[in-house]
Amino acid sequence: MRTSKTLELAVGVFVALGLAAFLMLALKVSDITQLRDEQGYAITANFQNIGGLKVSAPVTLAGVRIGRVTGIGIDQQSYEAVVQLTIAPHYDRLPLDTSASVLTAGLLGEQYVGLEPGGSDEYLHNGGKITLTQSALVVEQLVGRFLTSKAGSDDKSKGNDKPK
Amino acid sequence: MTGWLQRLGRYTLELLARLGREGLFLLRLLQAQVFLFSRPGLVPPQIHFLGVQSLPIIAVSGFFVGMVLGLQGYVNLVRFGAASSLGALVALSLVRELGPVMAALLYAGRAGSALTAEIGLMKTTEQLAGMEMMAVDPFKRVLAPRFMAGCIAMPLLAGIFTAVGILGGYFVAVEQLGTDSGAFWSQMQAAVEFREDVVNGVVIKSIVFSIVANWIALFEGYDTEPTAEGVGRATTRTVVNTSLAVLALDFVLTAFLFGAK
Repeated sequence: MRTSKTLELAVGVFVALGLAAFLMLALKVSDITQLRDEQGYAITANFQNIGGLKVSAPVTLAGVRIGRVTGIGIDQQSYEAVVQLTIAPHYDRLPLDTSASVLTAGLLGEQYVGLEPGGSDEYLHNGGKITLTQSALVVEQLVGRFLTSKAGSDDKSKGNDKPK
Repeated sequence: MTGWLQRLGRYTLELLARLGREGLFLLRLLQAQVFLFSRPGLVPPQIHFLGVQSLPIIAVSGFFVGMVLGLQGYVNLVRFGAASSLGALVALSLVRELGPVMAALLYAGRAGSALTAEIGLMKTTEQLAGMEMMAVDPFKRVLAPRFMAGCIAMPLLAGIFTAVGILGGYFVAVEQLGTDSGAFWSQMQAAVEFREDVVNGVVIKSIVFSIVANWIALFEGYDTEPTAEGVGRATTRTVVNTSLAVLALDFVLTAFLFGAK
């Protein structure tokens, strides 16, 4: 069995290359450092409608990502969506009257939760609840509302001779 | 009529016997792995043969696959004004599917066939029988180090294929077509999750494929008909069976790992 120095060197280089490739996949491609905000404190928010929000969608404050959506359920009493947000531990100064809204990144982008801080002196803690929420915009409802208001304004100006 | 039925029966029995031999072979192969702890020096030469020498074909193919993905993705995405998502497209397709699958197929063609021919020729020239006569277990001495080396080399090759492919996509997207370099990487990082995509994709898939590819290659060599023609047929069977097994397993794995939750 031939185990010369060059052979061992070649194998060593190969294994190092392979590990470097996985390191690149971890750091450069998937940005593993972002995984760390998995732990943190959890708060919940009730929404009328969450649109297409999914688990692991980002939670942002002023556009900066501070956490993730870690659970989506439904409240059987109020029939509202209950969204659990996990916020990274070092962002622990969210006022009690912070409001949350479901927003969309770009025209066709993914949906995320945007937080808008209030003015309270007290802060949200683990298990806290955001009461001020704004639902996702659902395109069908938006178009429906636009058409009704359009029809209404038409009625006022010209009467209803032109059905649209 | 009876002749036809008899042939069907014979074929079924042969298939079952073959499957049984294949299973027992894997069992003995895994048992023999323990021996490598006392002779770890047997493994590096095989990694050199199976891994290092497969590196050029893996790297070149990976680069070209990445470049094609970048080009095709750009042509189609730019119509929706979404050329900035190119990084996500290239990385996700390579990490989840193309990296492990293409690496396994190339490995079957480059290294699996060579393994089968080597073992098959050893059997044909009765070297394996000769070893047994000298109370040397060919499973421990010949097959186990090759299996271990293959199972180490192939996941590394899959990782290199994926990484080089992403660089190829970057080369076309950013250097040639002029999409934004920052958007390329940031969209990729936003879309690719380490645990869900990299571990479930490249890592788990390539480990499973490496076990299957090396198992088939070694079995076909060990089970070959001891003639020149038999070795040739066994080599063909290795490439065909490995390719089919990898593609079928890929579907099953994808359904399990990425399927609807």
